[in-house]
Amino acid sequence: MSILVFAEHDNRSLKTETLKTVAAAQAIGGDITLLVAGRNCQDVAEQAAKTNGISKVLVADNPIYEHQLAENISLLVAELASDYEHILATALSTGKNFMPRVAALLDVTQISDIIAVETSDTFIRPIYAGNAIATVKSLDNKKVITVRTTGFDAVATDGNAEVVAIDTVADAGTSSHVSDELTVSERPDLGAASVIISGGRGMQNGDNFKLLDGIADKLGAAIGASRAAVDAGFVPNDMQVGQTGKIVAPDLYIAVGISGAIQHLAGMKDSKIIVAINKDPEAPIFQVADYGLEADLFDALPELESKL
Amino acid sequence: MKILVPIKRVIDYNVKVRVQADQSNVDLNNVKMAINPFCEIAVEEAIRLKEAGTATEVIAVSIGTKACQEQLRTALALGADRAIQIETDESLDALNIAKLLQKVVEEEQPQLVILGKQSIDSDNNQTGQMLGALTGMPQGTFASEVKVEGDKVNVTREVDGGLQTIALNLPAIITTDLRLNEPRYASLPNIMKAKRKPLAVKPASEFGIDLSPRTTLLKVTPPAERQAGIMVKSIDELVEKLKNEAKVIS
Repeated sequence: MSILVFAEHDNRSLKTETLKTVAAAQAIGGDITLLVAGRNCQDVAEQAAKTNGISKVLVADNPIYEHQLAENISLLVAELASDYEHILATALSTGKNFMPRVAALLDVTQISDIIAVETSDTFIRPIYAGNAIATVKSLDNKKVITVRTTGFDAVATDGNAEVVAIDTVADAGTSSHVSDELTVSERPDLGAASVIISGGRGMQNGDNFKLLDGIADKLGAAIGASRAAVDAGFVPNDMQVGQTGKIVAPDLYIAVGISGAIQHLAGMKDSKIIVAINKDPEAPIFQVADYGLEADLFDALPELESKL
Repeated sequence: MKILVPIKRVIDYNVKVRVQADQSNVDLNNVKMAINPFCEIAVEEAIRLKEAGTATEVIAVSIGTKACQEQLRTALALGADRAIQIETDESLDALNIAKLLQKVVEEEQPQLVILGKQSIDSDNNQTGQMLGALTGMPQGTFASEVKVEGDKVNVTREVDGGLQTIALNLPAIITTDLRLNEPRYASLPNIMKAKRKPLAVKPASEFGIDLSPRTTLLKVTPPAERQAGIMVKSIDELVEKLKNEAKVIS
């Protein structure tokens, strides 16, 4: 069997989540090819070539792929698809955006957000915000799949795969990029961080999120937030951890002033160790926490920072 | 401009989901159902575009049993002008849903189709994008801002690192994210008025599409329960446990 894996990147570096999607491809089993589509993305192609367990990297380097617009990328991937039985992308914003178009162009349905592979046609995925786990068999001849990275461990990067340039130009001509407004941060991405500290409604306002900064600096952590904190306007939406935000599974997750609504738990309950700091002893977050501390966060956070 | 808004009837987001004992699916007997929250945002956005004079007609469409007429009436009460129910007893895969919607698009010729980015039951996040591919329309998914300007629509999207703005030629597909708007509540007079608005019913079988299933649901199980841990008394104890017991910090 042959498997095509779409590489997530920003034209400069390969997103490490791609290595987990390759692990999912290995679990399916077969000859794995990575596709790097972008503009001036040779650095990404070189990094991608080091991925273990793949046989080839295809590079489509063209201005029309710069912003990975769904209309163009889906045409490209659908055109390449004839050579592969499985087509995988990471369930991040790029993959989630274009992959269903690929599926529709190939006249197959998509299996979204898999967290485990049973066989080459049967997959496990969460439904109802992770409150139920479905085992789904695909009846289509081609499998178009997005992979939730929390289910797989990244493959190593000491390989040396062949890099092949392809000149397929797929331009739908119906969409264009206007601007990006990206959050600039020295901290790791939520998706890649091994430690995350998140604040909820209990933080009371956006300014108080600064109380998390010092702790995040000491732990090398990313900072997240609950939907309640985002809805209240404390912090931007790209910090949201939860069913409709980012799904994370770091080694250590510290929830501060977060009550633990189902929607939030859906985004972080696969973390290895969960710490909850909340002044309400009845908060549901304590039911999933490995270590709970009933305390006022305005006392606890400065003390925690000083003792790390 | 006409706007088409496909909506889905789902379990109310406040209801705790339970898996059936035979593991065939989740138990939806006697649970409260509602319009999918992201679909509600889609309805609201369409109505706002009509109120702003950009749109002239808002059409809500839903695919399902007669029960989904309840959600279509909700959309009408919120301000949609008319509704279409595509009747089927089957639980259809996203691709088949998109194919039925493609037929509605061909008939109605909307300039915008606004959908929720995902439904909170199957969590697929597929239908809008698939409809885009089938109709050849461009898409602005996970939208937090929509601005129609001439023959284009600018969509600001929630992406992993922040926000991205793209320009799409009309007609186009939009899928909504949470921050696009805050849906209104339907007023009692509008709920009464909605009962008289037109609601057409068309059997799915009359669309001439092969709707055979593309997936089989083999089983549904509850997620692994996470055991509650211990309560610590102080920050000192917490730091000690994280260092020496959990070994996640050094």
